[in-house]
Amino acid sequence: MTTSTDRKGPNIKAILIISIGVALNTALAAQMAQWSYSWFPPQASSAAPYVDDLFALETAIGSFLWFGLTAVIAWTLLFNRAPKYDESYGEPIEGNNRLEITWTIIPTVIVFAIAIYSMQVNDKLDALGPKHKYAIGTDPVAVAEVDPRATVGPIDVISRQWSWEFIYPDGTRSSELHLPVDQRVNFRLISEDVNHSFYVPAFRLKQDIIPGSVISYSLTPTKQGRFRLRDAMFSGAYFSQNQTDVIVESEDSYNQWLAATAKQPLQPGLSPGNELYAKRLANGNKGWATVPPAPPPMVNDPGDASIPHDA
Amino acid sequence: MTSTNFDPRILKAPHPVPGAPDNWKRFFSFNTDAKVIGIQYIATSLLFLLVGGLLAMVMRGELITPPADLVDPSVYNGLYTMHGTVMLFLFLFPVLNGLNNLLIPTMIGAPDMAFPRLNAAAFWLVPVFALLLMGSFFIPGGPAQSGWWSYPPISIQNPLNHFVNGEQLWLLAVALSGVSSIFGAINFVTTIIRMRAPGMGFFKMPLYCWTAWGAQTIQLIGLPALTGGAIMLLFDLSFGTSFFRPEGGGDPVLYQHFFWFYSHPAVYVMVLPVFGIFSEVFTCYARKPLFGYKFVALASFGIVFLSLIVWVHHMFYTGTPNWMRILFMFTTMTIAVPTGVKVFAWVATLWGGKLRLTTPMLFCLGGLLNFIFAGITGVMLGTVPIDIHVGNTYFVVAHFHYVIFNAIVLGVFAAVYHWFPKFTGHMYYEGLGKVHFALTFIGCTLNWLPLHWAGLLGMPRRVASYDPEFAIWNVLASIGAFLLGVASIPFILNMVSSWARGPKASPNPWGAIGLEWLLPSPPPAENFEDDVPTVLNNPYGYGLNEPFVADEEFYIRRAQEA
Repeated sequence: MTTSTDRKGPNIKAILIISIGVALNTALAAQMAQWSYSWFPPQASSAAPYVDDLFALETAIGSFLWFGLTAVIAWTLLFNRAPKYDESYGEPIEGNNRLEITWTIIPTVIVFAIAIYSMQVNDKLDALGPKHKYAIGTDPVAVAEVDPRATVGPIDVISRQWSWEFIYPDGTRSSELHLPVDQRVNFRLISEDVNHSFYVPAFRLKQDIIPGSVISYSLTPTKQGRFRLRDAMFSGAYFSQNQTDVIVESEDSYNQWLAATAKQPLQPGLSPGNELYAKRLANGNKGWATVPPAPPPMVNDPGDASIPHDA
Repeated sequence: MTSTNFDPRILKAPHPVPGAPDNWKRFFSFNTDAKVIGIQYIATSLLFLLVGGLLAMVMRGELITPPADLVDPSVYNGLYTMHGTVMLFLFLFPVLNGLNNLLIPTMIGAPDMAFPRLNAAAFWLVPVFALLLMGSFFIPGGPAQSGWWSYPPISIQNPLNHFVNGEQLWLLAVALSGVSSIFGAINFVTTIIRMRAPGMGFFKMPLYCWTAWGAQTIQLIGLPALTGGAIMLLFDLSFGTSFFRPEGGGDPVLYQHFFWFYSHPAVYVMVLPVFGIFSEVFTCYARKPLFGYKFVALASFGIVFLSLIVWVHHMFYTGTPNWMRILFMFTTMTIAVPTGVKVFAWVATLWGGKLRLTTPMLFCLGGLLNFIFAGITGVMLGTVPIDIHVGNTYFVVAHFHYVIFNAIVLGVFAAVYHWFPKFTGHMYYEGLGKVHFALTFIGCTLNWLPLHWAGLLGMPRRVASYDPEFAIWNVLASIGAFLLGVASIPFILNMVSSWARGPKASPNPWGAIGLEWLLPSPPPAENFEDDVPTVLNNPYGYGLNEPFVADEEFYIRRAQEA
């Protein structure tokens, strides 16, 4: 055993190794946070940048912790291995109260700081409005509350097994959701059968839709493009097909589209569940039990599922 | 040496003689010996690990390409529902109850559990509800297809309108599983509180017993909510009530509260005993005392308390009002603190030790690294804005598999190897064990690490098909899943051949400290009978030169001569 010659003085070598380690780890954590922005779809709503910033911060803290602890464990694996047939013990340290208090208080401060920051980000999302129950069979719109700050809407989002239908304030109906860019839009989220979820990854926003309740929901798209809207709450056999697109466009083209679409006759809209169910029946109705899909929604603009989405 | 006065009904319960020619028959009988019940639980649950794993491999086969082309989407939904159900109710809970049965009495020096008959009844309910679940594959309409959450209204849609249907059998099975677990919990908690060896105060008790005690306390508090919720749902499904049915004025979200009030803490029911296993294994193979024993022990109950007040974080986007989201975000974040205390204590235990990289040690090290990772993604999910984006996506799937498989199951494997010599009397083959570890660690990392990115990009969970941009992550995951299937081969080989013809195990092959290691391998029917050692010192006194019990030499000699 070699012991340090000056036991009372600071252990220069240890301090040096720890400092280098912390510096490298900090650099790595900062790099991870930078990379984390590329792990998301493009930022297409006013909420998205705030969510991504919060995630980057959490990635930085998390990376620092994980790489730090992994490095310590790796160090013990490299330098604290017992030689073969060595039956001796490690140094019998039973604990250290000062360390225990440190690693209770520091994490507490960190998680509370993250929580307070998250609270502020949550305010920025500013999406969820009131949820009101209604008796099935009555008009949900009668009890719904309209977001007074929204300049577009309220647009009714009707979810079914397995299709989406959007009804604009002028009564126009579509299978794909059209929105003008940079305007706060208000939705009334309604389900006609089971739980669904209104999820647009590019917006970083998700809201479950609960049958028997109507939920007021608002957001501001900030980027033009065609983004995927996915049902994110399991809704039965053709759940994974229950997707459509959100088309964010300039205010002019949104208005043109709305005016042109209003003149179109009603026709069956996108309903991937029906196509697949018809195929299943044609193949002898094999598979396990499922409810039949709701009939396709009757809409003015049926959309086009073959156009590729941006994100 | 002290005499204890256990209830004579415990000592005089009828046991077939271990070692008798028809010895194996006891595993197929209503045996009341905790060690027999423990092995019954573990063998049954490992069988169902294979069943659940096979279901998962069919799912990963489906998901290796974007379209739903291997099975019908309804079949995929049934498979993923049953995969989750089998893994939780037929693998994890039973395997941990098996470890409890083997470890709790031997670690605290009790001859058996407090209520041996209740104990056997708890086990024999497992095959009953296993039959219900497996039977549901063969009835018209197939098994339940609404996920292991079984959220209404999807779970009460009953497409064929048959009275007996997959969902009904599923709910009956879950209710029975709840009853079985409550039986078990009463037993474990009573045994730990009432039947410890002389001198074994709570702060001289092994960490595994602390964590099992905490976990079983959660069962007692939480399970009535889930079991009650399952029965209400069964009534909605089969008898037309409207607890959760919106058409009758019921509230589907109410069920989510019943469900998560238990099912979030349920994760801690599973992970706490694994924390106990980590504490046992790290100290033994690092040859050091546990760093901050009392803090680690008490942190268990910090986790128990907090686990009961975080459930709404599963419902951040179900219309939960903002004040409630914020409240539950704070409680959720707090749970990182006692968990962190444990993690730092284990790392400090390893520091400056004399590490022996045996199979159980490797599994625990792998499990710890994965658990730290899962804890970090857990904190991310605990913050409302991140959860709103990644909730119900593959990020969550990746996170909870990192907890449940990459940490908990790796810990369970560590326990199986670590105590294998003790309870079978045979050594396992170290080489096969290490192959098992390597395949498992590579497989599980490849399976679940990539899926975090699929989730961040917005791939919802529970999908039978997906947009092509997610393909790369899913191909990697499927390869990992198949590798995990391969990893079961060295494990099965090792277990079967070691038990049949492995070298005889000495009472304490690892030089471990603990009452169970003062017993012969395998221990006699009633452990120490009424000559229970008196505990003098803290457990994990590695290198401290203090005897753990009075007259230690006597017990060591007795175990060796047996």
